[in-house]
Formats: sequence, structure tokens, C-alpha cells
Amino acid sequence: MSAQRIASLLAAAACLALPALAKPIAIVGGDIWTGTSEGTISKGVVLIDEGRIVSVSPAGSPVPVDASIVEASDKWVTPGLISAFSRTGIVEVDAEETTNDTAAGESDYSVALDAADGFNPDATSVAVTRIEGFTRIAVAPSASANLFAGQGFVADTSGEADTDISRKAFLLMSMGERGATLAGGSRPAAWAQFRAALDDSRAYPARYLASNEGTALNRVDAAALVRAARGEQLILIEAQKASDLNAIMDFAEANSDLRIAIVGADEGWRVAPRLAASGIPVIVDAFSNLPASFEQLGATAENASRLMEAGVTVAIAHLGDSSHQARLSTQVAGNAVANGLSHDDAMRALTTHPAQIFGLQGLGVIGPGARADIVVWDGDPLDVTSNPDVVMIDGKVQSLETRQTQLRDRYLKLDESTRPLAYVKP
Amino acid sequence: MGLMQMNRFPMAGALCAALLLAACGGQDSGDKKDKATIPANPFPSTYEPYPNSAVFITNATIIDGTGGLIDKGSLLIRNGKVSAIGTDLEMPEEATRIDAEGRWVTPGIIDNHSHLGVYPSPGVSAHGDGNEISGPVTAEVWSEHGVWPQDPGFTRAMAGGITSLHILPGSANLFGGRGVTLKNVPSRTVQGMKFPNAPYTLKMACGENPKRVYGYGGGKYPGGSPYSRMGNVAGYRESWIRAADYKRKWEKYANEGGDAPMRDLELDTLKGVLDGDILVHMHCYRADEMAQVMDISKEFGYKVTAFHHAVEAYKIADKLADYGACSSMWADWWGFKMEAYDGIKENVPLVHKAGACAIVHSDSDVGIQRLNQEAAKAWADGKKIGISIPEQEAWQWLSLNPAKSLGIAEMTGSLEPGKMADVVIWSGNPFSVYTKADQVFIDGALMYDRSDAANRPVMDFELGQPGEGDMK
Repeated sequence: MSAQRIASLLAAAACLALPALAKPIAIVGGDIWTGTSEGTISKGVVLIDEGRIVSVSPAGSPVPVDASIVEASDKWVTPGLISAFSRTGIVEVDAEETTNDTAAGESDYSVALDAADGFNPDATSVAVTRIEGFTRIAVAPSASANLFAGQGFVADTSGEADTDISRKAFLLMSMGERGATLAGGSRPAAWAQFRAALDDSRAYPARYLASNEGTALNRVDAAALVRAARGEQLILIEAQKASDLNAIMDFAEANSDLRIAIVGADEGWRVAPRLAASGIPVIVDAFSNLPASFEQLGATAENASRLMEAGVTVAIAHLGDSSHQARLSTQVAGNAVANGLSHDDAMRALTTHPAQIFGLQGLGVIGPGARADIVVWDGDPLDVTSNPDVVMIDGKVQSLETRQTQLRDRYLKLDESTRPLAYVKP
Repeated sequence: MGLMQMNRFPMAGALCAALLLAACGGQDSGDKKDKATIPANPFPSTYEPYPNSAVFITNATIIDGTGGLIDKGSLLIRNGKVSAIGTDLEMPEEATRIDAEGRWVTPGIIDNHSHLGVYPSPGVSAHGDGNEISGPVTAEVWSEHGVWPQDPGFTRAMAGGITSLHILPGSANLFGGRGVTLKNVPSRTVQGMKFPNAPYTLKMACGENPKRVYGYGGGKYPGGSPYSRMGNVAGYRESWIRAADYKRKWEKYANEGGDAPMRDLELDTLKGVLDGDILVHMHCYRADEMAQVMDISKEFGYKVTAFHHAVEAYKIADKLADYGACSSMWADWWGFKMEAYDGIKENVPLVHKAGACAIVHSDSDVGIQRLNQEAAKAWADGKKIGISIPEQEAWQWLSLNPAKSLGIAEMTGSLEPGKMADVVIWSGNPFSVYTKADQVFIDGALMYDRSDAANRPVMDFELGQPGEGDMK
């Protein structure tokens, strides 16, 4: 990645953050779930200008005469949802390797693999995820060569060539059964590799003056680990079992400069008070309630609610199919509500909490000064029968059309009496 | 659609009689007057309904399963059967009254595509018993021989309102083997779960899986046959030719005597299909492939009962309706391979709208726990584009249609008097994500009660493990 390319991407991001809009937009009459101390504002008004939220006001508040009106009566208005963990946009068809940039088991590199290099805003999953109300996606590579998967990013779901993208937002690694397998065959091997890799990066570049190889990492990977090792970058660790979570917390206590969050954490509820005390957030999947492996014996759909009850910062994601079905995170969150979580907490798990985990300023809330990622829903966002009617990213109304809706519209009427359906172009 | 559908499947009663007769006939009895036969069911069901007393559920919103909705309705369960349903029923003295004010009652959900037991939890290497990938044609294997009845997944499915389920072999093979229909009642043996008198099924597969596993298999190039979709079709046809020959030999023997043909497990199953006793369930994603399979079935004189996954069913919903095959579909799973690339959220309602038989299936130990939500998504996505289907009609995707596809619709799948009392009481409208199954009755016996740990089963595997008996 050249400095020039980074510079141009940053420039593009800056442009997108402040789009020049002709007119302010007022979303009027909806029930606004703000994600702030304002709670839910009934039949309120959200005023948007220059890609930012100007004000959020109660029912009947005046609207500027020049504003475009988005009518939201009987609808829900929420911040754009944040998908806390997926592979959206880095794979088109999982089984077709040429379209799949999630993992690289044959690569010489691991920590340095930057998922953003594989991000394709045109990937069909991006639009499919967007029209379900997700305006930002945290995207992770998948561990394959060793326990380090590489660098993850956070992007918007506009599908535009100049997508706003935060590269290297986090490092992903696997511990537990998968990490053990990737590190050579055991959990001790995984921990040995992790510790040795941190030592390598802490000794970078000195120890690489004479050689490209360190104890665990080559020069490139060691360099890529430096920010995480200094606590300047979030480390996402995949782990499930209570004993693995305790091992991570032991390690975190001994390395208090590291910033750690956990993905999976199916047995998190068993160590919830310690997780809360350690300040380590978790990204969980409330569908997970089976002893699918020996590290998930205690899995329960009440995990999210028990963790939140204990004071842990919880984000909810659909980890079961991370490549194409990030959109199901709303259904997952709804199921968490059915299993004890409050509706507000479930909404936070899709908005403010992922924003907090990934350090996303001005996202996940509807409040003055926040970026205008907003969704207008035809019903409760967490219920399976609801859909977005309007999706807005940085104040710009997004298309709700996808390859899927076009396929649907082509085949609505199976009438080929005059022309083949290939001539129907929705 | 209802009547047409009913006629496509063998009358369960007649079929049972046939199965029983065949089973009684035995084989190679030594008595030359008795003809050798192919035993229809050498692993007979030992399931019997658990003791149950009369239950009177009242003040409920009842989806009757055949398309009707009853407000403030009552349902009387007696002797394990639906005894009466309506609004002005009198409660018999001996019945237990359940006031279901604010709650909904439906027929139990039937998942016609599950691999519970054959790919159980935990998914360790020793537990991969769902696919005999040793060859592209393994019609000789039966899924019931791979079912581990201790799979904790059965209990999770029960909490999701699943009262019967169809366990299929995997989809690696052109002919994957026989499927088995189970009552979702825990048992020490798979025989103790087998749905009494349900016909056997045959799993077949189209498309990418067989050619990937065999053609590209073993790290060799080329691996073997089939290597292409052409090879898939050749493989089906070659097998049906052998099956037809086998069938002729048995018919000749039956009519003319002589030496009984040598038994062949693989061809026994295929002959069962040609005889109309075994129902074909075929994994097939693409529209064009389903159309070809329908032609193959006509060439050899059998019927495909249901296409599974059928991600592109919406493209040929008219042809599927004409042919009379069900489509077993997900609400929205897509994109994991090329043949799933054209998945759309409105597949189920579009198939329904075309007058074809639509089924919502899981193929997943996670999805099976909330098939009501999957149906709700499809229902809402249809509604959003103007396909308005009453909820009570859509429920047929979950109970009656899958029952038809398994040949058990005479016995279960709706709340018509005389049918098995496979019933779920939901905490509210089951088309909401927040609704849970409160109580599940199977043949009238209360097998699951969300609010009573004594009525929530725990499988052997989970005893003594973290989370034993927890709310799951």
C-alpha cells in the first residue's frame, strides 16, 4: 500500500464525511430511538444538514421551510446499525476461491494481511446488508496461516467507490480450539505463539536489522503488530470457553496496555463479573445455544442478557454466516430480547456498543453533531417482520435496490408469452 | 391447492397396510409356497405416545393448520388426538383447562430437512455420520443408522415447537440414501423416535455438491464421475435403468416364480421409489436443473415429492405448480456457492402465490429452532411487495405442507379432529421474534414446558456439563 493511495483514500473519506448537500432534510413524525440520554422521542423531528444531525426535537417542532421532508409517521427512526463483525464485501461467493478474500492459508504473511485490500464496495453483500438498515460494517479477515487473521476495517455500506473506510481498525486473532489448531495443535502452542509474536513486535525493528525472521513473526508481520502491541490498536480475540476467557483476562491483566475485545464468548456469562471488571467488551451471537463443540458446552441464548446484566459492554452480531448474512444481526438481537435482554440494550448492542468498541465517533446515535446515518423502519427494527423504508448514510439517502430485488422484480410475473424474461430489466 | 396436493401423495392408511403386509411376508422363509419379498421396514418404530390426559386449551388464537384462524378458540385434546376445535366447545369434566388468553395455538412445526442426529452436537470428527461419501450412488444407506438419539439439538428443536422432523443423509451423493421421519420425542433408540407408519424417503442431490465431492475429489484431477452436471444426470439415469431392471426381475419372480432375485440394498430403495412407496426428496438449487430433474422423473416413471433448498424455485414456480412438487426453502440464506447466488427473500411467497406447495425448512441445528421466524420473514417480505397471505395460510409452510411432503398429512400437520395432537402453545403471535413456544404437546403428551424444568429434557451428553439444564 503506497502512501499516495492511503492519502487519496483519506481524502476520499474526508469528502464523504462532509457531502455538499443542497437542502437540509427533516425526518418528521417517527418514533426516534436516539441511543442517547434522550431515550426514545415520540413523533419527533430529526433535522439533518451537511451530512450531520443538526437537532433532534420533540413532536411538533418547527421545520425549516427549505427542508426536504421524510415522512416517518407510525415508523421507527434509529441510528444506522453497525454490524460488529462480518466478512461483508470481502467475498462474493464463499465456495469460489477466486472471489473469496477472507483468508490466505498459503500466504507468507498473517498479521500484515489487510482485509481492506480485498474490500469491494460493489460486492452484492454490501447492498444486501445496507438495505436491512446497516450503514457501517466492521469487517474481519479469517485466520488461516496461523492464529493471526490480520487487519480488520470499518466501512460504510454505500457501495460507492469512495466508500468511507477506516483501515486497520483492529487486529483479529483466534484462540480457543481454532487458535490451538492453527498454532500447531494445542492451546499452549497458541499462547506461546502469541507471546513470542508480541515479543517480536516489541523488539521491532531492532531485532530485524540482521534478519527478516523473528521468533514467531517475520519482519512484515512484526511491523504490523506494533500498534496492537503498544495498545494503539484494538485486538479482537475469538474465544468461547470460560477457561479460555479467563486465560485472556489473565493475560490482559499482565499486559494492561493492550486493548482487547472478545468475539464469540459463548460461555461469557460464566465469567461475566470478571469481564465487566476487566472492561473487556464482547461481540456475541445470541443464536448460539448448542454445545456445538467442547468449548461451547455452556452456550445459552441468555448469554447476551446475562453479560449485559453484569455490566459488560455487549455487541450482537450474526456470527453463524459472517460472509453474506450480517443483516440477520437484527433477528439475532430480537432473539436476545426474547431471552431476557431489554429492547434498549439490544438496540445498543447494534449501535452505541459497536461504536464504542471500534471507537467510531459520531456513529450509532441520533444526536446533535452526530453523522447522519439514519434508518426509517416500517416497524420495530428487531422484529422479523420489519424492514427499512429509508436508509441514509452521512445524510445521503441510499438506494434500496440490490441484485436480489432486481432478480425478484424480473420474476414477479412468469409471463414469457411475448418475450423471454431476459428482456425484463427492473 | 389443498385437494390437488392431497391426491399427489399415497393415502397414508393404504400405504401403512402395504408396508405392514410386506413386512409380515418376511424373506427366504424356506417355505417354497411363500414368495421371497423385500422387507419394507426391518427397523420398525417402537414409538408409542406417552400417557396423556385430556387437555382443554381455551381463549386462544388458533391457527388450525388448514388455513383457518379461530379467535377466542378452544382445542380439546383427548387420547392423544385432536378431539374438537372451535369457539363453543364444552370442556369435559376430566380435562385439564389451560387458559391461553393472549396466546396462540398452532399445529406443531414439521421440519422436512434436518440433519439432527446424523450431524449432532458436538460437531466433533467422530460424529460425522450424515454422508456416506464413499461413492456417488449410495442409495443403500439409511440415515436412521447414523442418527444419534442423544443429540442435544433435538431438545433445542423442541423448544422451537418442532414436533416431527425428517432426517436426511447429506447432499454429497447423486443418491444419498434413505431419509427417516421422526417424532421429536427423546428416546434411547432411533426406533423409539420413528414416526409410526411414515413412508421412507430417498435423498438425491443436484448440482455442485456431487461434482465437487467426486469429480474434484481426492486431490486428483479428474477425481471420478460425476465431474460435471452432465455426469450428474448420466448418473441418475444409469441408476434408474438398473432400478427398472431390478423391479422387472422382482415382478417376473412374483408373477412367474422361479429363483428369487438376489437382494441389492441400493436397488431395493430405488425400486421402492419406482413402486411409489418411497418419496423422493431432492436437493436442487437451480431452476434449470429442477426442470431437468422433472423430465428425468417422467422418463423413469417416478415423482419428485419435494425439491430442497430450491433457491431458484421462484424462477419456475409455474412449472413446479404444474408438476406438483413441493419446494422446501430457506427464508433468506444465499451466496455461499454459485447455485445459491440468486437467492431472494421473496422465494417462499412467490412459490406460494404461483399455487405451488411451499415449505420452510431449516437444514440447520440453529434454523430449526425458529422456523416460525423464518416463515415470518418470508411472509413479511411477500407482504412488502404486495403478496398478502394471511398468517394462518402461511402456517401451512410449517406444518401441513411438510407433512404432505413426508406422506404423514393424514396423521398430523393440522388440528383437524382425529389427527395426532401435535400442538404448540405460543406465548403470543408466532410471527414475531419475541414469541416463544410455551408448551409443546406431542400425541397429546406435554413434552416441553418452558416454565417448568421438569418438563424440559436434557440429553445424556449434557449431563454433568457446564450449563446442564440451563435455559437454552
